[in-house]
Amino acid sequence: MSTETVAAPPAAAPPRPAPAPHRGLPKPVARALRYGLLILFVLIVLMPLYVLLVTSFKSGREIGVNGQWNLPETWTFTSWEKAWTSLGPSFGRTFQLAVPVALISSLIGAANGFVLSRWRFPGADVVFTLILFGMFIPYQAVMIPLREVVLWLGIAPGIPTLIFVHTVYGIPICTLIFRNYYATIIPEELIEAGQMDGAGLLRTFRSLILPVSLPGFVVTVIWQFTSSWNDYLFAIFLSNTRNGPITIALNALAGAQSPDYAAAMAGALITSLPTLLVYVLLGRWFIGGMMAGSVKS
Amino acid sequence: MRHRRRTWIPGLLLISPSLILLAVFVYGLIGWTVNLSLQDRHNARPAKGYVGLDNYTKLFTSDINDRFAHSLQNLVVFTLVFMVGTIVLGLVWALLLERRAKAEGFWRTVYLFPMAVSFVASGVVWRWLMNTGQGDDAGGINAIFHGLGLGFLESPWWTDPDWGMAAMAIPAIWQLSGYVMALFLAGFRGIPEELREAAVVDGATTFQLYRQVLFPQLTPTILSALIITGHMSMKMFDLIMSVSGAQWLTEVPAVYVWQTLLTRDYAKAAAISVFLLLIVAVVVVPYLIHVNRSEKRS
Repeated sequence: MSTETVAAPPAAAPPRPAPAPHRGLPKPVARALRYGLLILFVLIVLMPLYVLLVTSFKSGREIGVNGQWNLPETWTFTSWEKAWTSLGPSFGRTFQLAVPVALISSLIGAANGFVLSRWRFPGADVVFTLILFGMFIPYQAVMIPLREVVLWLGIAPGIPTLIFVHTVYGIPICTLIFRNYYATIIPEELIEAGQMDGAGLLRTFRSLILPVSLPGFVVTVIWQFTSSWNDYLFAIFLSNTRNGPITIALNALAGAQSPDYAAAMAGALITSLPTLLVYVLLGRWFIGGMMAGSVKS
Repeated sequence: MRHRRRTWIPGLLLISPSLILLAVFVYGLIGWTVNLSLQDRHNARPAKGYVGLDNYTKLFTSDINDRFAHSLQNLVVFTLVFMVGTIVLGLVWALLLERRAKAEGFWRTVYLFPMAVSFVASGVVWRWLMNTGQGDDAGGINAIFHGLGLGFLESPWWTDPDWGMAAMAIPAIWQLSGYVMALFLAGFRGIPEELREAAVVDGATTFQLYRQVLFPQLTPTILSALIITGHMSMKMFDLIMSVSGAQWLTEVPAVYVWQTLLTRDYAKAAAISVFLLLIVAVVVVPYLIHVNRSEKRS
């Protein structure tokens, strides 16, 4: 690769990436191959969804060995009703869990992100790395004493405990998302201008930073909502089917020795509905949070 | 002059509640777990005293049926298959999409959607798909193979004593390949267009273009993908509990901790947890330091 070509004025380059000397596959073949593969992968990725839908509309009797992959002979909502009966209460509880978690940890993350990107203190880098490590730990390493500590703190078992725990362990990722976000959008001068006014940190944060923070909030709210909704590890350690979130209830419904697959699959769909809805409606920001998980963005 | 020099104290104050919480709930509790792992608390009664590293060495020397070694072995198989699977599939999808495919948004949305689903929910359908019945009893994917006359492809899936964990990785690959694809797509989009054009002008074939020009630019992306899939894999718990339940065949350290806690052997559970933490830390800490350094340079 020669550097001169890069430096050369655009006019000197041949008209567009020349299609003439094509050494790979002929174009129509390459195209067919590309879209053929894309379609094949879509079918594979959607296959579990097909199974979930089809099976959930079958009645218990139709879940035999024959015709498992077929559409239901008689479409019925019996399995959905059965699933809802056992998941309904925990469905509501999981909203009571995921919404506060999303809001509280986002607010904390915004404040931390602001400090670590634009109001730094000596040793901020080390502190930031120490915060980030909290996002990678296997939670088993804190789980045994965690149970004792939340009990000792007097936090009510079930949802309140889980709100507390998800908020605390969500601080690292929310801080990271906001720090990266603020580092790219907030110019130093803005803060300096604020200081010229003699505005303190809190006022700068409230009047200059928060108004432009919406995109960051969307990402952290979606992320925290989804991960506390989908969590099973904290749930199984810190709650039970009577006071826990929906993943616990689903596992109870689906995990019996010979589960009613139709009801289990209807239950899996009910469980996934809120997060899938968030994903479909707000996909762009959903991905934003996932990318932040790679630390550097 | 009203311009006052910025002081860093308010910043530190604003962030200090978080720092205290994390100091207690991450580092403090890890310390507590480590402390517990050095004692002889093997039932509900308080510990009698410290036993040094006994709980750790016992995991390797006197665990019944080499249960811990077996769980590590399972973890290795799972991790290898999972990481190779997600990275290969994610890269293939990114390659298919990165040169402006038609309806790119649609393909991307579909490939990524499993990420929004919990492992517990997807475990329900994968348990059904990986039905272990074969021949005339075939169910799930095996039924398709059977119906197509591809009986030799039928598999006992996760119940295979040697390669079961490879099958267990399939749902995880399904769930996270889209994520790796998104990482790679972002990586490709970050490469300056001039690099490609220059290579094309120099007469590079498509293969050479990717091999010699584009892939070297993706090193940071690949590193991120390896770290993220790697640490997820080591912590894998939900999926296994949902597909197979806690049982010997598919036990990994994260599940072993849970099983050990059910028997109230707190010290042993703590030792396994700390061991798991160490494996993750060995991978993640150098990565975090590396990221921190390269950020300072730029």
